[in-house]
Amino acid sequence: MSDSCFQLKGSVLTVVVLELYDFSSTAFAKQLQQKVKQAPMFFQGSPVVISLEKLNIEVKRIDFTILIGLCARYGLKPMAFKGGSQRFRDAIKSTGLIHLPAASLKSATEPVEKPQPAAKVEPETAIEPETVVKTVDEEKNVFWPTKLITQPVRSGQQIYAKQADLIVTSHVSEGAEILADGNIHVYGALRGRALAGAQGDENARIFSQSMEAELLSIAGNFILNEDIRTRVWKERAQVYFNNNVLHLKPI
Amino acid sequence: MAKIIVVTSGKGGVGKTTSSAAIGTGLAMNNKKTVIIDFDVGLRNLDLIMGCERRVVYDFVNVISGEATLNQALIKDKRLKNLFILPASQTRDKDALTKKGVEKVLNDLSKDFDFIICDSPAGIEKGAQMALYFADEAIVVTNPEVSSVRDSDRILGILQSKSRRAENGGDPVVEHLLITRYDPERVIAGEMLSISDVEDILAIPLLGVIPESEAVLKASNQGTPVILDEKTKAGLAYSDAVMRLLGSNVDYRFITVEKKGFFKRMMGAGR
Ligand SMILES: Nc1ncnc2c1ncn2[C@@H]1O[C@H](COP(=O)(O)OP(=O)(O)OP(=O)(O)O)[C@@H](O)[C@H]1O
Ligand SMILES: [Mg+2]
Repeated sequence: MSDSCFQLKGSVLTVVVLELYDFSSTAFAKQLQQKVKQAPMFFQGSPVVISLEKLNIEVKRIDFTILIGLCARYGLKPMAFKGGSQRFRDAIKSTGLIHLPAASLKSATEPVEKPQPAAKVEPETAIEPETVVKTVDEEKNVFWPTKLITQPVRSGQQIYAKQADLIVTSHVSEGAEILADGNIHVYGALRGRALAGAQGDENARIFSQSMEAELLSIAGNFILNEDIRTRVWKERAQVYFNNNVLHLKPI
Repeated sequence: MAKIIVVTSGKGGVGKTTSSAAIGTGLAMNNKKTVIIDFDVGLRNLDLIMGCERRVVYDFVNVISGEATLNQALIKDKRLKNLFILPASQTRDKDALTKKGVEKVLNDLSKDFDFIICDSPAGIEKGAQMALYFADEAIVVTNPEVSSVRDSDRILGILQSKSRRAENGGDPVVEHLLITRYDPERVIAGEMLSISDVEDILAIPLLGVIPESEAVLKASNQGTPVILDEKTKAGLAYSDAVMRLLGSNVDYRFITVEKKGFFKRMMGAGR
């Protein structure tokens, strides 16, 4: 038996490079979501390097926390940033991720994803290189614990479930506000404001045992009390966003 | 160890001081050694309602700043041997109360009292937060109307997030709902929220319902807590609330419209 605990070895690790052209949280979330939908197994838990080399020079600021949060939300594991202008240096440093110099990675020949493919690309062809697909064969669960609130949320209070779903087992008073980046479930009466998909996830939904909200919003698309009153008032109901319309339906 | 109970509401003028005086007196009538503290620095009126305003020499702020001892500032009630009042200062502002100072006074009082009733000032700011910070239990006073209920909801949120119990992560503050100035006729006329409307919004256990009654104003003008007058509905309703606070199961009265007899109708409404 050897008396050393480890050995250092050189190795080549294949990672996905996300080449950023522009950043708005909603557009980014939307594109990423579509991308991930095409090949969920592939993206689940895959390490990713975010390259800023091709970033539009007009972009002055990027909220890196949101960027990383959105990647994580869709199962990616951001591990480093690469390249980019000096002006992002401090912001990148504060994310705690590695900052690689521009030419440190040799890109794969084919882009893993193209910015706007004109024709619809089959998921299989969109995934390159081969080898990665083979190594990422087991499904890894990225698990964001749901935020659970068991007491009433009172007027003047605000609850935010960051990068997670929110469950309230009691009621939400008028004048209270609850937000979640994911879905919202309220098992008492929902009388305050509820905002799901707070960072732009249009697939988020809001459910309540008694819908009496002041405002309901999915990814910034909202509906006000007067509309709710005429439709599902005090009913068991859900709200979701589909085809650019908010749907308010009894369950 | 005393039980510290804050009487609070958010909205002003809903009956906190009236209720503090009545409930404090009621506890003393049930042989509980009780002190009522006026936290409404600058606007003191607990001493007026208790009828001891002329005997105020030192106050709560004097004790905190070390200008007087607790024994010098405590006023003994003339009617009940178990009842004491710690008046507020009329000349200082609310910043005169420090958390450390209040804690020391409460700790000292805790040693020989059964109940400490804290009469909170209105609002949800510093003064109200100081009054509720050390509470074990809270009596949330609400009038059956929307703005009062909304403010009570806010104060409940503060109780569960900014009190000592909330900060230390121990048992939450025990909440009681006290609906005051309730008028069943106006509820039927749709001008007031009903008991169940209020319970539905606030979702905390009911401690009592005090009817609207002229006897309350009369009692405060005379400096006798209304609970001492056993001929008034408001007094009896407060007695019931005290019994519930002490753990008894008491039926509710005066919450439905009373059928008036021929004589009463001819003579006009009584008390
Ligand atoms: N049940 C009642 N019926 C009729 N009047 C009442 C009743 N309860 C209180 N009042 C009246 O309401 C007014 C306010 O009462 P009180 O001073 O107890 O309220 P408060 O909440 O302490 O006010 P503040 O917020 O100013 O401290 C007084 O004039 C009092 O007589
Ligand atoms: Mg008062």
